[in-house]
Amino acid sequence: MLTVLVDGVASGMLLFVLACGLSVTLGLMNFVNLAHGAFGMAGGYLCVVLLNQHGVPFIPAVAAAALFAAALGFVLERTLYRQLYGRDHLDQVLFSIGLVFVMSAVVDWLMGARQQLITLPAWLQGRWDFGFMTVGVYRAFLIAVCGAIVLALHLGLVRTRFGARLRAAVDDAVVARGLGIPVTRIFGVTFALGSGLAGLGGALGVEVLGLDPTFPLKFMVYFLIVVAVGGANTIVGPFLAALLLGVVDVAGKYYVPQVGAFVIYTAMVVLLLVKPHGLLARGAAR
Amino acid sequence: MSSLSRRRLLGSAALVAAAPSLPRPAIAQAAPVRIGLILPMTGPFASTGRQIDAAVRTWLRMNGESHGGRRLEVLLRDDTGVAPDTTRRLAQELVVRERVNVLAGFGLTPLALSTAPVATEARVPMVVMAAGTSIIVQRSPFILRTSFTLPQQTMPIADWAASNGITSCATMVTDYAPGHDSEAAFKRRFTERGGQIPLELRTPLRNPDYAPFLQRVRDARVQALFVFVPSGEGANVMKQFDERGLAQAGIRLIGTGDLTDDDILNEMGDPAIGVITSHFYSAAHDSPENREYVAAFRQIAPNMRPNFMSVGGFDGMRLIAEGLRGTDGNTDGQRLVDAMRGKSWMSPRGPITIDANTRDIVQDVYIRRVERRDGQLWNIEFDRIPQVRDPGT
Repeated sequence: MLTVLVDGVASGMLLFVLACGLSVTLGLMNFVNLAHGAFGMAGGYLCVVLLNQHGVPFIPAVAAAALFAAALGFVLERTLYRQLYGRDHLDQVLFSIGLVFVMSAVVDWLMGARQQLITLPAWLQGRWDFGFMTVGVYRAFLIAVCGAIVLALHLGLVRTRFGARLRAAVDDAVVARGLGIPVTRIFGVTFALGSGLAGLGGALGVEVLGLDPTFPLKFMVYFLIVVAVGGANTIVGPFLAALLLGVVDVAGKYYVPQVGAFVIYTAMVVLLLVKPHGLLARGAAR
Repeated sequence: MSSLSRRRLLGSAALVAAAPSLPRPAIAQAAPVRIGLILPMTGPFASTGRQIDAAVRTWLRMNGESHGGRRLEVLLRDDTGVAPDTTRRLAQELVVRERVNVLAGFGLTPLALSTAPVATEARVPMVVMAAGTSIIVQRSPFILRTSFTLPQQTMPIADWAASNGITSCATMVTDYAPGHDSEAAFKRRFTERGGQIPLELRTPLRNPDYAPFLQRVRDARVQALFVFVPSGEGANVMKQFDERGLAQAGIRLIGTGDLTDDDILNEMGDPAIGVITSHFYSAAHDSPENREYVAAFRQIAPNMRPNFMSVGGFDGMRLIAEGLRGTDGNTDGQRLVDAMRGKSWMSPRGPITIDANTRDIVQDVYIRRVERRDGQLWNIEFDRIPQVRDPGT
């Protein structure tokens, strides 16, 4: 019972790290970026290449994956995404889904279509047995890392000057610009941050979720559920949503495996019926 | 007439005069026999295509290109593995435009099924080198199979489990047609032999995480877990199986040999060690034919280890050559199929027969355990069930 709960929390945390970049672009920048998973995939593949072909230790490889995805996000934001900020959502959807196909094809060409495998360092393998429950070391590691990220993000957005400027830029870009806030630069940095977090999630997820060129499409639905249920304008909302969905998904697969795959969708429908604007919505969205 | 054009005229005349003495390509006694090989060379099943393509080239390198007085010519087409319509269209083009005499390849069941009507109508033999659902050979009198069928591979592991003290076993299969087939085959045989299956799990095809399912298996306190998942996913299952400590809880992992596919077995690492599977081919099979095959295959594809898919392609070529020898080079479809029926030979996998009535393959199935030998992981065979035929036919 408790083991299932811990597994669910770990899977929810991972889901949040992967998806929170999307909640930033979608909620804060109002840009529908379906290619978000592709940055996770890029990070994951870089991590695999560094680990398997260059013998880089696990932690530096994961960090490099996050940086690489952030850099990729920054470059693409500067060159491609900016062109589409003002366009309507259909254009953005078409553009970003096209980007997914391009990146999947590139990965397929470079790395092949099969599942990528990594071997964790010894200190992350195995399980702790507490008598009443057992916890996988790697799952505990996931919870710790992702928990720290959530905290840092929340404080960063609420407490720092950058967070305040970002919120201002999102609320009203014109006025913010008039007050001397460098809106485009803030958006660029934010986009890179979101992409970097996706890359981090992709790298951490190789062991748990697997990695192949269909990764961005496979998990796109999960990301969208997190953002839809969580509401797209906070950090805490998507975090709670991801946790809830992780736990419900794992528990559903454990207790009712016959319909396990559908439990997560049922949960989404119920939550959206009860709270149509997201878990922590403050009245109507803007 | 200007001097220029006169000079050109003279030049042309000189060429014409010289022509008969120019070296010309030697003309064979008859036109080559064309084989249309349709494989998934890209996409999620590219591994199957690469293996079979390498095996076909290996066979040609080992046995030469002339058989029954005719030269074999292979035309390779990529159907990407996911679109039955594409496979069918490629087969039609090969038959109509390229005038192929034999169709071969077919990585997955839907691809083979969609092409069956083309073979029937064009009266062209169709050699299935990979796809493994029982019914395929019944879909056209021109279909022959050199790979395997799923029930043929599943029954032996159920038998092995039942006769090795395993009385309760959980099943975990992916929720798609081949998964259902293997679940049904395993369940039927295992319960016939007195075993109990207290837990049957089906995992979604697009499944991110096997952990909750495996936790459930662990808590069900069974003696073994039978697994069937798409090729490549097996590594993830084994990893989670290992991480959850199911082995320490006394649960054995069993399955059919695609779980420990030779193509990627080595990368699966230590979690794969000790997994027991039933299958018709292991690259570690101990026979002179197999040693010769593996060495020749490595020359064609230095970075690959031949897997069970490759040997289907290798024997498919042998079957076509045997057919041509039987008809003395005649390529009439019906006569070729008749010549191929009932043929037996020693394959790298062991003795095989193409059944004269069903046109399906009859072969030895081995029980193997994954072990580390010389620093690499191999499927080491330790038991053999001779001449298994598809129980469905």
